[in-house]
Amino acid sequence: MSDLIFEERKDQIHRKGEGPFKLACNRDSLAGAVSQRACVFCGSRVVLYPIADALHLVHGPIGCAAYTWDIRGALSSGPELHRLSFSTDLQETDVIFGGEKKLYAALVELIDRHQPKAAFVYSTCIVGIIGDDLQAVCKKVSAEKGIPVIPVQSEGFKGNKREGYLAACKAMFTLMGTGDTSDIGPLSLNILGDFNLAGEIWIIREYFERMGITVVANITGDGRVGDIARAHGAALNVVQCSGSTMDLAKMMKEKYGTPFVKVSYFGIEDMAEALYSVARFFKDKDPGILVRTQELVKDELAVLYPKLQAFRKDLEGKKAAIYVGGAFKAFSLIKAFRHLGMSVVIAGSQTGTEEDYEELASICDPGTIIVDDANPLELSAFLKEKDVDIFVGGVKERPIAYKLGVGFCDHNHERKEALEGFVGMYNFALEVHRTVMSPVWKFVPRRTGKILAVEEADLPKECTL
Amino acid sequence: MAKAKAPAENFVSTTNACKLCKPLGATLVFKGIEGGVPFLHGSQGCATYMRRYIISHFREPMDIASSSLGEKQAIYGGGANLKKGLLTVMDKYGAGLIGVATTCLTETIGDDVPGILGEFRREFADLELAPVVNVSTPSYSGSHMEGFTAAVKAVVEQLAQAGEPNDSVGCFPGFVSCADIRHLKDVFASFGIDATILPDYSETLDGPALDDYEKLPSGGTPVASIRALGGAKASFEFGATLPPVGEAGTAAGLLAARFGVPAHRMGLPIGLRASDEFFKALEAVACAPTPRRHALERGRLLDAFVDGHKYISQKRCVIYGEEDLIVGLTSFMAEIGVIPVLVAGGGRSGRLKAAVEAACEGLLPEMPEVREGVDFYDIADRARELAPDFFIGHSKGYRLAREMNVPLIRVGFPIHDRFGGHRLHHLCYLGAQELFDRVVNAMIEKKQTDSDIGYGYI
Repeated sequence: MSDLIFEERKDQIHRKGEGPFKLACNRDSLAGAVSQRACVFCGSRVVLYPIADALHLVHGPIGCAAYTWDIRGALSSGPELHRLSFSTDLQETDVIFGGEKKLYAALVELIDRHQPKAAFVYSTCIVGIIGDDLQAVCKKVSAEKGIPVIPVQSEGFKGNKREGYLAACKAMFTLMGTGDTSDIGPLSLNILGDFNLAGEIWIIREYFERMGITVVANITGDGRVGDIARAHGAALNVVQCSGSTMDLAKMMKEKYGTPFVKVSYFGIEDMAEALYSVARFFKDKDPGILVRTQELVKDELAVLYPKLQAFRKDLEGKKAAIYVGGAFKAFSLIKAFRHLGMSVVIAGSQTGTEEDYEELASICDPGTIIVDDANPLELSAFLKEKDVDIFVGGVKERPIAYKLGVGFCDHNHERKEALEGFVGMYNFALEVHRTVMSPVWKFVPRRTGKILAVEEADLPKECTL
Repeated sequence: MAKAKAPAENFVSTTNACKLCKPLGATLVFKGIEGGVPFLHGSQGCATYMRRYIISHFREPMDIASSSLGEKQAIYGGGANLKKGLLTVMDKYGAGLIGVATTCLTETIGDDVPGILGEFRREFADLELAPVVNVSTPSYSGSHMEGFTAAVKAVVEQLAQAGEPNDSVGCFPGFVSCADIRHLKDVFASFGIDATILPDYSETLDGPALDDYEKLPSGGTPVASIRALGGAKASFEFGATLPPVGEAGTAAGLLAARFGVPAHRMGLPIGLRASDEFFKALEAVACAPTPRRHALERGRLLDAFVDGHKYISQKRCVIYGEEDLIVGLTSFMAEIGVIPVLVAGGGRSGRLKAAVEAACEGLLPEMPEVREGVDFYDIADRARELAPDFFIGHSKGYRLAREMNVPLIRVGFPIHDRFGGHRLHHLCYLGAQELFDRVVNAMIEKKQTDSDIGYGYI
């Protein structure tokens, strides 16, 4: 590549076609490089956050809880306990003498006040350092209050977001096996790795229900403790966002024998394939299911296709960049952009694995920049180099795009638009169209050069001083 | 107003905090220095969370570097990562200054940051190193505002030098909007005063559309100007709940104690009375009368007070947020005839009640209930009893205002459910005018919305 921004990171960037594919990943972020990554705590909080009838208590100083207060778009059809931000707000004396007493008192107080079905207690960096015995406190409160009180080992410094996902899966797994499964039928599944952003899980559930399948537990969007407790009774786990919940699916397979399929609900092919893979799984139990699923997909596409064609007329040939949390999402996005006649020229993630990046590279066009754990300097340089029309990412990526005069699509946990399912593909196309086709880009410096004279030489010729 | 009842229960847990953590305030200060890069010494998550939180308000890039500590460093110390990170930032960003703030992690593992920085300077003495300022901001003690104040003080303490007396004037406005900083610059300039405003993120966090990504956004307080503050003619410091000037706990106090720079300490100039105090002090420093344009702004403000007073007279409001800000807002509400029924802050300066009472003296028949160290559970609890006509504070009060079906006038940080929060004016006559118009219009709109008829002529 032209000039490396961080020499130390050169093996975390690859241009497809330039040499055999090899990308270093899952490595600690370079100190001082302004990584876009978060921490272990963030990973746990993201996954468990939407369990709406549980108490989520952050044991630590105020920031960790304050910065995660109701920032996500995860909806609930009932209780909304997840939208509150609970903290032990540790103070200096707690750090010196230990925070266990405060944690105990806070838990008792909050459980009495809200009567949750379970409580998750997140440990933060500092708790790991001062060594509070979360297990013991949780066990004691659990016995006293008669609800599961589950410690989540999510000290921020103990790795990156992925470790947080694992901690969350372990925490959820302790709930499983405790609920009554006797009324669960053979055509049943759990939805894993969907967070019900803007009600997306309701779209997906409706598809499954139209296919004749019962959804036992949503994990974790619109999640309920009681459902998770009996999730082991379902016949199948359907895993989206495999980075976050694959660990749980594997644990369930090992202990309960629950098989799983890996899916994505973004874009046309992936959404249809998600439904077909579930239908194939159940076809012996219900021979009519394949036909019903085909009908469903056909009906949805009949509505969607003409609309997409209209967008495509405008978007054909435009270029997109993708930088997301998990690499898996990038696969679907690349395919979705192709439906709009667009190409993806930059693809990266915060926490992709070797496997993820290999798959990513295999579906990318030659010349695509593939990057792990990027930062604003790299991202802005790539956006400029590739002269993209739209960037897909989250809050931290948005100002980078906008500052440079590039369109943007929010595709993260904070979004308030449903992008999953067939209707989600329409919403995605609509959002892409709105941003890419906005007239504002005609005026930005990237397209027009300098707007105002900054030096005398730039002044209009007829100018008389 | 409701009679004072038994103080609310002292809850152990915090629900929906009305404050943020200490290092966040420090990062904003460092972002307001020319060429400044904020650097958090801790694990990666802190920097990332704060970045995304700050971006949601300013809608601007906010690069915060991190020493990205992992488990190994948490055990053996983060010094090596800190040094490595500093070199990376100097090299790749070409930083003019790096502001290092500690986090709860590095405070607790006991990293001696000044010591590490000393080693760093010795080890790399052959390189041209950018100045590094450090501030201790353990997030388990105090709120983001204390981090902000501590960082302003640390910058002055570590950069200002004794030197020839000069014509500059220091101004430490506290955490105000980008538009407020720009207005303050105008005000000082119109008096002919050469002011060094610290911090000044009015450009770095509200910059123009660009052709290229600026590693270091232009703008910010020049380091040379900060160095020259040792010889400044005077300093202005806003904040009614800050430690007294004599204690040298703030930038102005330190300049006074160390270099004999006279300090003008006052509350944030929000509203007519507080702005008058500021302009009087400006007149004294400049030895000149208030320029006509500000006198006219004052006159128009007063005229608006008269024209609008009946729409808002006796309306009851709940004010919450950062302590210094809410003191200013409370006295402003009091002077326009709104009754503040609850003034609630998440900080614990111990000075909020006295500051509110001093700022409202002579304006209210009865002082409002003042609570510090509260969260939104407390605020909601009390607000439901007090039944205010509106709330005034940042976005985090939205759910409560919605539940109670009353307007929320958005002021402060964060404002992430409206556009342009950082471009709102609050200070001086101009800011009071904009705030006043917003309050009056909120009441008119509420009246219209609630009306069966929908009068279009009010």
